[in-house]
Amino acid sequence: MNDFSQAFSLSLDLIFSLDARLAEIVLLSLRVSLSAVLIATLIGLPLGAALATLRFPGRRTVNAFLSSLMGLPPVVVGLVVYLLLSRSGPMGSLGLLFTPTAMIIAQSLLITPIIASLARQVSEDLWGEYRDQLTSLGCEPLRAVPTILWDGRYRLTTAVLAGFGRATAEVGAVMIVGGNIDHVTRVMTTTIALETSKGNLSLALALGMILITLSLTINVATFMIRDQVKGESL
Amino acid sequence: MTLPGSILPLKLIDLTYAVDGQKLVQNLTLEFTQGPKTLILGPNGAGKSLTLRMAHGLLKPTSGQVQWQQRHPQRHQAMVFQRPVMLRRSAAANIDYALGLKGLGKAEAAELRNEVLAKTGLSGIATRPARVLSIGEQQRLAIARAWALRPQVLFLDEPTASLDPKATRAIEDLIETIHAAGTKIIMSTHDMGQAKRLADEIIFLNQGVLSERTAASDFFTSPHSAEGRAFLEGELLL
Repeated sequence: MNDFSQAFSLSLDLIFSLDARLAEIVLLSLRVSLSAVLIATLIGLPLGAALATLRFPGRRTVNAFLSSLMGLPPVVVGLVVYLLLSRSGPMGSLGLLFTPTAMIIAQSLLITPIIASLARQVSEDLWGEYRDQLTSLGCEPLRAVPTILWDGRYRLTTAVLAGFGRATAEVGAVMIVGGNIDHVTRVMTTTIALETSKGNLSLALALGMILITLSLTINVATFMIRDQVKGESL
Repeated sequence: MTLPGSILPLKLIDLTYAVDGQKLVQNLTLEFTQGPKTLILGPNGAGKSLTLRMAHGLLKPTSGQVQWQQRHPQRHQAMVFQRPVMLRRSAAANIDYALGLKGLGKAEAAELRNEVLAKTGLSGIATRPARVLSIGEQQRLAIARAWALRPQVLFLDEPTASLDPKATRAIEDLIETIHAAGTKIIMSTHDMGQAKRLADEIIFLNQGVLSERTAASDFFTSPHSAEGRAFLEGELLL
């Protein structure tokens, strides 16, 4: 117990003294996850909205497939990206394995289905409300995509936040394709895994607290947005 | 009679709309010409709304045809729904959006929008978010948005069904104005008082079947069909 409280106070020291090593890890984590969120948002939001408005054969199958991809195990995504990027893989010549770029690719693959699926749900609600009116105004389903994205902008933020939450919290994908190399590809989750096994609890705890704070902030923000949307019929 | 450039007359030929084999609209044949305000009257479930939606092109009939006189009739018609659908933006932007879809430039759209807002008495609320307006104001805005498109034909599907008498009055006045400006009005209602106030001619539907089509002056004194008579006498058509 004494060990634990000592580790705890040390971890607080690390956070409040803005320890350089800690900061480096946190910043790399944010850089990787925010980049992945940006890519996944640019692909996922229009994709989700288009799946809501367009009618084509096999649409239900595509939707079901996309939904099932929401639960992709990160280690499997990591493995696939590893195989693609490894020396002998199809994209091996790019030399991306064990770089932050590889981690961004893996996390983008992991969260694009999440953002796209959640965006589709939000968009289907909106499209259900708008379809007759927009069709009457001469708006084709594809032309409705930007309208849906704009009018659903508050609710769609929650889809993006969910993707961000998933990206920052996952270990498996970044561990495999990043390799957890000190000063190069070490992010919060992989550091926690490593330092805990080494018995260096203070750094692990400090990162854990930051991660939880981040996750809480995301959830509170999501909650507040939902509340706001309900109250003002946004 | 076809006026040059007019999409009228509109012909509904043997229209049937069925869901799971149940015919909700049955073998409906009607012609709509330029001029009189046509009200489609009937109890709930008579097929009024389905008929309007098929005529406007929102629903594909199970069988039968909708015929207009021009190649691109969609550009010259508009529809107002029972519950106004407001985009999540300002009142003015709602109209601008519709005009933008028609390919109007910003300046031209703004001019037309301001004109139609003034005519509908909505200039004062132009910058307010459309969805916080009262339901009556929203419906007026929906009509303004439709009118801004300068339609030759305006479909209205029970536009006052969820409004109080004062808001209903405002909508009815607007419909008269739009009619006077030369737009063909085709509107559904289940409210006999409203039909009396607005209609030039009545199309009476019951259970998806045309009961009669009669000039309004005749319908309210001597309806031709038993269903029309029963409706006028306040019987519940079941």
